[in-house]
Amino acid sequence: MKNVLIVEDSKAIRSMIRMSLEEAGGFFAVEAGNGFEALRTLPTRSFDLIITDINMPDINGLELIGYVKSNPTYRDIPLVIVSTEKTEADKKRGMALGAAGYVEKPFKKEALITVVAKALAGK
Amino acid sequence: MKSSRPIKDFLAEAEDILESANQALLSLEAEQSAGGGINPDVLNALFRSVHSFKGLAGMFGLKEPHDLSHKLESLLGELRLGKVTPGREVLDVLFDAIALLGRLVQQAGKNQPLESITAPLVRIEEVLRIKSSASASDRPLSDQIILDQSILQVLTEYEEHRLRECIRERKKLFLLKAQFDFSSFESEIKDLNATLKKWGEIICTLPIAGGGNGIGFAIVVGTREGRETLASSISAPNLIIDPIAYVEGQKAEPARAEAGALKSVSNTVRVDIYKLDSLMNIVGEMHLIKNIIGRITRELRAEQGLAVLSTDLHKAHRSLERKLNELQEGILEVRMVPIGQIFTRLAQVVRKYARDAGKEIDLQLFGEETELDKLMIEDLSDPLMHLIRNAIDHGIEPPDVRCRLGKPAQGIVKLSAFPKGNHVVIEVSDDGAGMDPALIMSKAVESGVLKTDHGLDVERDRKEILDLIFLPGFSTREVVTEISGRGVGMDVVKRNVSKLSGMIDVQTELGAGSVFTLTLPITLAIIKALVIESGGQVFAIPLSSVLEILQTAAGEIETIEGREVMAVRDETVPLLRLTSVFNLPADQTRSSFYVILVGLAERRMGIIVDSLRDQQEIVIKPLGKRLAETQGVAGATELGDKRGVVLVLDVESLIEGTLRKAIAAAI
Repeated sequence: MKNVLIVEDSKAIRSMIRMSLEEAGGFFAVEAGNGFEALRTLPTRSFDLIITDINMPDINGLELIGYVKSNPTYRDIPLVIVSTEKTEADKKRGMALGAAGYVEKPFKKEALITVVAKALAGK
Repeated sequence: MKSSRPIKDFLAEAEDILESANQALLSLEAEQSAGGGINPDVLNALFRSVHSFKGLAGMFGLKEPHDLSHKLESLLGELRLGKVTPGREVLDVLFDAIALLGRLVQQAGKNQPLESITAPLVRIEEVLRIKSSASASDRPLSDQIILDQSILQVLTEYEEHRLRECIRERKKLFLLKAQFDFSSFESEIKDLNATLKKWGEIICTLPIAGGGNGIGFAIVVGTREGRETLASSISAPNLIIDPIAYVEGQKAEPARAEAGALKSVSNTVRVDIYKLDSLMNIVGEMHLIKNIIGRITRELRAEQGLAVLSTDLHKAHRSLERKLNELQEGILEVRMVPIGQIFTRLAQVVRKYARDAGKEIDLQLFGEETELDKLMIEDLSDPLMHLIRNAIDHGIEPPDVRCRLGKPAQGIVKLSAFPKGNHVVIEVSDDGAGMDPALIMSKAVESGVLKTDHGLDVERDRKEILDLIFLPGFSTREVVTEISGRGVGMDVVKRNVSKLSGMIDVQTELGAGSVFTLTLPITLAIIKALVIESGGQVFAIPLSSVLEILQTAAGEIETIEGREVMAVRDETVPLLRLTSVFNLPADQTRSSFYVILVGLAERRMGIIVDSLRDQQEIVIKPLGKRLAETQGVAGATELGDKRGVVLVLDVESLIEGTLRKAIAAAI
């Protein structure tokens, strides 16, 4: 089982992501409704993957990615951005910070799983 | 993709989102009708709501709500990046669109056909088309401020925009770092951010790895407040507040890149002026200590067998004094900035102002390189703006009138600055209509600041008459337009200037224009003062206001119409006794005094004092609130010997009082 942290402020979308992963099988998903919750949740288990939205209150996705990538404990956890950003700017920044993949909302279940699998495989 | 998920999940969240969107929109409208600028936080909250809504609608396959919120998001995106101005029409479009989203959600919930969104889409498109072409500077942030790359690179496009806005507005930027315990960081950082928002804008909150069981945060804040204000109003564990420095001017060409790759290219640092203030205070205190050492040295000299020691100490005392002076000059130099900084700002306003007033103005600037204390420069912009507006509004005639008078249609407003000894002189002049003393006099009587039987003569008392325009209550709106002074005005300008220990003077010629002259000390941080005694009390008088010191015998003082005056060369100067100003016991038997001649040009006055003490560098400390308005006193200072704390005289307000009484006496 792969441990996945889902950081997304929309409850409906968050559970949609979780259900997509669970349907695909082999994932245990933990949800965080905002950046602070994500920070609190990170040390609670050994995560194999983080899926994060970008546009969130308090701490946004880029800041979360920056934190994960600068922290020796979490640095190697692959990150996937799930965001509606139609502007390429923030997606590019996220990728530059070291995100492993990007899924645009609204996404198809299959597309999400493909990107997640690639991120886990380190491609 | 039509989702199989129950629509009620969508409904609950969508309604919440729209509710907060509506609230944000209402407070935007309230702010705007209150005339304030748009609060970027509120606008951003609105953007985020619509953004979340779009994501949600998309996931549930609701085409119309998705498409409309998508377009709305584009508009809000442009708004928050400052590319569209949020005018009334834009607000209307936003209100209508949010309301329509609400109806669409209802219709989707009841499985009804959804209403058409074509017209609203077109309207938003139209608003988007008229977006301003304000092109923000795209210079890399790292060229403009000195901030760690690890922070710069996690900024979202929007955060970067806000940071650029703060830089454009020359706000102070701070990088705060704090460490929290992991168990409680969430509420603590929220409290901290809530407090910070009262003082400024939070650009970003970046979590950073903390040691042990902790977590750190780096917060970038843009504010108009100084570091002291932030430091005194917030508390957090291990809090560090670092100013983020601006890179001044253009970066030099990185000619030798290989050598200086790791070094900062700029050699300037940006320092909070209050830091310099506190350094200056320390220097002031060191002067006090130096004075104490001087006194001990003198006392030692009188002791038997200590002559050699006392000479050595004297030498050390002298070199301490020299070094202290150098230190002080060094700090003063750092505080000095070219006055051109406000000239440029004023020039921008002048253009707009001239256009509004329907005048053609040629603004000429001279002496922009003249240096003045940074803090004084800030306090000068209001009075100068006022004088310039006066010149445009009431000095310069409309183009057609000028042509009739044989003047060029374009009026000249001249702003010039030049150093003069320990002072800086700033002149605001115009080639407009000038002021008519006779008119000023009659208007002064009309507005009640001058009695009907004033006995002033237009020719003989021209100076006194012109000074009337600086009296509070002199001007009313009607008066103003005719004589080139604004409704609320010249008294405030004068008060602001004298708060800076400066003086203001006016010269005018009917038909040819007026010149307002401001004379200011170059700094207020530390000044040379004359220490005197009167009625057993010690006072300090800023040396910059002292023109001359005269030793005077009692017989040289005359009394004209109940006022004491004295002839200084060919001129009669009004006199002032500190003993009567401050209700001190006067020694009636004294036969000789000193008269300290203070003032500027024709506005002169003699202060009668019992004895002179010495000259000293002083740092003026403000009096407490209760005493702040005391007439004739600028503040207090410590002299560093047994005399303790003494009052520093506000020469300008003493002259003011005396001259006014002189006019009253003449009446």
